[in-house]
Amino acid sequence: MTALTMPAQPEEDASPRPVPWRRMAGVTWRQHRFALAGLAALLGVLAVALWLAGLQLHHAYAAAAACPAGSLACADLVNTFNGTNGFLANGVILQVIPVLTGAFIGAPVLARELETGTYRYAWTQGIGRRRWILAKLVLLAAAVTVSAGLFGLLLSWYYQPYFATGNQGLGLSEMTPFFPGLFDMHPVTFAAWTLAAFATGALAGMLIRRVVPAIAAALAVYAGLAFAAGGILREHYLTPLVTGNPNVPASAWILSQWWTKGGATLSQSTLRQVFDSTFQQIAPVVNNGSQKTQAYYNVLQYLTKHGYTQWTRYQPGSRFWPFQWIEGGWLLTLSVLLIAATVWLVRRRAA
Amino acid sequence: MNIIEASALGKRYGSTWALRECTLEIPAGHVAALVGPNGAGKSTLLNLAVGLAAPSAGAVTVLGGRAAGSPAALDGIAFVAQDTPLYKTLSVADMIYVTRSLNRRFDQPYARARLAELGIPLKRRSGRLSGGQQAQLALTLALARRPRLLVLDEPVAMLDPVARHDFMATVLTAATDDGVSVLLSSHVLTELERVASYLILLSRGQVRLAGEVKDLLATHRQASLEELALSYLRNNPTEVAK
Repeated sequence: MTALTMPAQPEEDASPRPVPWRRMAGVTWRQHRFALAGLAALLGVLAVALWLAGLQLHHAYAAAAACPAGSLACADLVNTFNGTNGFLANGVILQVIPVLTGAFIGAPVLARELETGTYRYAWTQGIGRRRWILAKLVLLAAAVTVSAGLFGLLLSWYYQPYFATGNQGLGLSEMTPFFPGLFDMHPVTFAAWTLAAFATGALAGMLIRRVVPAIAAALAVYAGLAFAAGGILREHYLTPLVTGNPNVPASAWILSQWWTKGGATLSQSTLRQVFDSTFQQIAPVVNNGSQKTQAYYNVLQYLTKHGYTQWTRYQPGSRFWPFQWIEGGWLLTLSVLLIAATVWLVRRRAA
Repeated sequence: MNIIEASALGKRYGSTWALRECTLEIPAGHVAALVGPNGAGKSTLLNLAVGLAAPSAGAVTVLGGRAAGSPAALDGIAFVAQDTPLYKTLSVADMIYVTRSLNRRFDQPYARARLAELGIPLKRRSGRLSGGQQAQLALTLALARRPRLLVLDEPVAMLDPVARHDFMATVLTAATDDGVSVLLSSHVLTELERVASYLILLSRGQVRLAGEVKDLLATHRQASLEELALSYLRNNPTEVAK
């Protein structure tokens, strides 16, 4: 028997102890250090810029809020605050940070290996491809999520003045924290969106196998998801409240409003007729903006006294944190599923 | 022990069979050459053996019955793929670090000594090495894993004659001095003459000949491996038509 002449194989060779997970840390760092250093540099520069802009904004706010309302000098300070860094006020520009950082780091993880053929090296090493990809994705996901979370802390500090209660009374900008562009400018959601972009990029890279198309696909999917979340899903996280009280706080997210009289809902055209005739009746002449606002309030009061009710469907400002965690939670779940799908595809992919 | 055992192994890409009904046993202790024209299914067979591809039919085991691609199989096999893929942006030292980290065994002194001998600087990015140096680096990393089976896919196709000679000399040293079994594919026959002791001839996705070179030469009354392969392919034109 030839088997007898062969040296006995040590038992551990037949079922070798796996290569330790921790070794993937150094491998991941060496392979992705340029991307990670780029991420750190980008977020670092933006953080310094945002901090300087934030100091200016907070300073303007403190000055305006401390000034007794009404004086001309105060009006100037109010205008200064309302106009400070106007391009950042709606948060639209900063929306690109999660998707850019996430997709640019996530998409190449597999796409570059498949594009250049190095997967034939990586997947035939002793560690095995399951450990290899799982460790890599988890480490990189943690890195992008933590850095996005830290940046999110800075963002929520920056936008604080806009959400302070009582701003409206002072004539200062006051926004609901649910404002579409600002809702995810907070640590939980900012980090969760970045993670989702990373996971989308990783899966796109595995499916498309080329870096640039994978990044483009991740951007497109992310944009769709962000619009769906902001435009459709978010208002349904918890059942909205409905109130007949016309004084809804400025922190509330108003979803819809309608009028009723005697239990019947007024149609848009009826409502316009009622408004127009009431205006003619109690405020026929309006000269400027502030008179117009005053007239509008008078009309509302008049209508309320005469049996009309304005109904508001809204999410109260107190639900801000539950909403943050709900959105963070489903994005985290989605990201875990996307990463699991990527790992599964890597394991079963036949070259 | 057989380093590779395939039974009715087949691989289909779409509707085309790249490999069909492949039944094969390659014993350990050889430098086994897998030869055949382009598109014969050589890379497919090697990819199946190292676990990069999954069979569409049949089965393949390595190193005495281990499932191809299993942890035990990956642990004992080092594979150098076609065009010797390396991380081009990593330095030679980083490639050593990465390969050492990804494997249970890695003979770092051997790797460093061999690279020094070849004059390959550790600090240079692997993408800036010459083609021959890249092939040597990939081979050194593979051998430093102290594998029991070394699998090479078209290792010298892109190399000039001197680099080719040096590369094959390293492979032969590993096989004769360290007892590593080698399976290498090539469509260039001349370079195999000195090194191969076992031959598998593949054409159009099927095994046409397999056996020890000296037995095959005696049986078919040919003087060299090249003549044997050529005459076999010429005398069976129906099988290699198209």
